Amino acid sequence: MKSLADLEAIRKKTLDQVTLRKDEDSVRIVVGMATCGIAAGARPVMNAFMEEVAKRGLENVTITQTGCIGMCRLEPIVEIMVPGKEKVTYVKMSPEKAARVVAEHIVNGNVVAEYTVGAAE
Amino acid sequence: MKELSLHILDIMQNSIVAGADRISLTLVEDSHADLLSFRIEDNGKGMPKEMVQSVMNPFVTGRTTRRVGLGIPLLKAAAELTGGGISLSSREGEGTVIEARFGLSHIDRQPLGDMAGTMLGILTSYEDIVFIYTHRVDEQEYTLNTQEMRDILGDVSFSQPEVMLWLSEYLNENETALYQK
Ligand SMILES: Nc1ncnc2c1ncn2[C@@H]1O[C@H](COP(=O)(O)OP(=O)(O)OP(=O)(O)O)[C@@H](O)[C@H]1O
Ligand SMILES: [Mg+2]
Repeated sequence: MKSLADLEAIRKKTLDQVTLRKDEDSVRIVVGMATCGIAAGARPVMNAFMEEVAKRGLENVTITQTGCIGMCRLEPIVEIMVPGKEKVTYVKMSPEKAARVVAEHIVNGNVVAEYTVGAAE
Repeated sequence: MKELSLHILDIMQNSIVAGADRISLTLVEDSHADLLSFRIEDNGKGMPKEMVQSVMNPFVTGRTTRRVGLGIPLLKAAAELTGGGISLSSREGEGTVIEARFGLSHIDRQPLGDMAGTMLGILTSYEDIVFIYTHRVDEQEYTLNTQEMRDILGDVSFSQPEVMLWLSEYLNENETALYQK
């Protein structure tokens, strides 16, 4: 069983390797988590992003939640902000699509056009 | 909602929007009493009395100026469908307590669903908020207090990959253990 004591080791290890990162340099993933988003499946999408980011050990990515983005029928909606680039809005997301967005957009820098709000409308 | 854990997530979002920095969730499955209940308590901005009433009965207020919320009415309907109900009490400037009760063995009760995933998402997204989560299943229970994690981790973020993976396993192990006799 995992116990809280493990965290002490994790803290030591992380402080050793991580040089303090600056927030403005990081990629931001924002998941819409109002009632409409949650009902449409936002939670597994959010968890898929977390899992992909953790598995790949991506240090400069932050995942946050927001309320209603205002397009309930297109939920789950995810926005990706890469420093110096325009914000990209992905709609009708799923855990599988999340994995692809991490691999192609966040790691390789290629927007997955077919999942974007532009393609949906 | 397909799962009760999604209602829980949704109701905790209300506490977050209300500016709470301390949220406690107590979830109990009691087979002797045939009851599943949860209680979410926060120290957010609270609501005036009239608001509590209109939130519980959004369609009788005739309000048209603002989009009516869905979260609490959906929870209320789901609970009542199983012979249960919800109660809401709030004080402006102090906080809010909401409690929901469901018939545990009622055929219309949604499954609880993925509590580990629910808690993982919310704990790592809002690490400035102290969460105290207790889940009891008959005689077995566990409690997670994020203040204890913070005290050990210091400046290390909950969303650091190593911490996130640890937390995911910790939650999953503890949730699973609750159902092992
Ligand atoms: N914990 C809380 N503290 C303070 N105010 C609350 C709390 N919970 C609910 N409210 C108030 O009650 C309103 C209705 O909540 P409800 O969850 O039903 O809808 P919503 O959050 O407005 O929208 P939705 O849930 O559909 O995204 C909220 O907008 C808020 O003003
Ligand atoms: Mg709500």
